[in-house]
Amino acid sequence: MRPEVAQIWAWLDTVPDPEIPVISLVDLGIIRDVAYEGETCVVTVTPTYSGCPATRIINLDIDTALRGHGLSQIELRQQLSPAWTTDWLSDKGRAKLEEYGIAPPQPAGGPARCPRCQSTHVEKLSQFGSTPCKAQWRCTDCLEPFDYFKCI
Amino acid sequence: MSEALFEFLCRMGDNTLILGHRVSEWCGHAPVLEEDIALANTALDLLGQTQMWLGYAAEVQGEGKTADDLAFLRDAWDFRNVLLCELPNGDFGRTLMRQFLFDAFNVTVLGYLQNSKDRRVAEIAEKAAKEAAYHVERSADTVVGLGDGTEESHARMQAALDYLWPYVGEMFDSDAVDLALCESGIAPDPKSLRAEYDALVQRVMAEATLTIPEDPFHHTGGRTGRMHTEHLGHILCTMQWLQRAYPGATW
Ligand SMILES: [Zn+2]
Repeated sequence: MRPEVAQIWAWLDTVPDPEIPVISLVDLGIIRDVAYEGETCVVTVTPTYSGCPATRIINLDIDTALRGHGLSQIELRQQLSPAWTTDWLSDKGRAKLEEYGIAPPQPAGGPARCPRCQSTHVEKLSQFGSTPCKAQWRCTDCLEPFDYFKCI
Repeated sequence: MSEALFEFLCRMGDNTLILGHRVSEWCGHAPVLEEDIALANTALDLLGQTQMWLGYAAEVQGEGKTADDLAFLRDAWDFRNVLLCELPNGDFGRTLMRQFLFDAFNVTVLGYLQNSKDRRVAEIAEKAAKEAAYHVERSADTVVGLGDGTEESHARMQAALDYLWPYVGEMFDSDAVDLALCESGIAPDPKSLRAEYDALVQRVMAEATLTIPEDPFHHTGGRTGRMHTEHLGHILCTMQWLQRAYPGATW
């Protein structure tokens, strides 16, 4: 008996992003499809950034998780188009990011508020941050620097 | 056509590979931590784009090679990057000026390549265009900040522009390869991008209070592989050292 596709999505939703472990790969929006081709479970994954060094680890983590649930015929497929966008971050993922101290992406191009004290007085320190998907900002009220999940 | 396509893919991939390597030389040396991280991330994006372009190039070549083979086992005369990408970093200002002059080109060409009749080229361009748009925003901001900054930063940025400008024209040269790709709807003729590029660069330089040199002369030889600068060999010495010393080594 092979597991239902919905079950596989639920399992993938427990696999943490290796760089931001509070959100899952499903929250991140990089799992584009799960389907059976014959007896093989094909998981289609899209990279966040083309050079993201976590890509390999993510593939390994998916494979390990599904094998742990008893699947043995697994194929990981990379898909470039449509290109990943932060619009695909789940609402659950956005809330968890903020709780973790990373301001979620906003269409306006900057964080809505400081994830620490909720002040809206924030300033940009750098367009890049500790990983390809983040930028560095600072709260001008509590003065704490924080990560902002870049909106792309 | 596959020969012309291979040549084109090497031109795209070698630009991002060589510039990515140059930018990565700043890692641990930038003036402030934020800039260090920004430069390293830019280099990482460029290397990611390289993997896509050279990965496809290796498939088109059809000799069973990989992106790594093309990056680490070709010699200088087989590289097809424009000379601009291999020029030494100079100071921080020159590095960011070079970055802007390239980003403005990259973002322009990628815009057109998203409509390529070659599906793979269009997909790679779609992915890379998002990163390039982010890069050009930052490099343009920095060029303006430093150009319209202190007396010293202004002088350094003007010197950087004067030094780099004769290398800009090469990005818009076209030859038989470009015409073949243009006719088959795979890529635009670089010449046709110049007006759009100039409009962007002129706008940013005006804001940065910098003067674009008037001399129309430009250096050539990189994208055709006819004659690279002496700098490329030195880059390859560093970049390819491990694969040359320990053939086939992997992580
Ligand atoms: Zn705060």
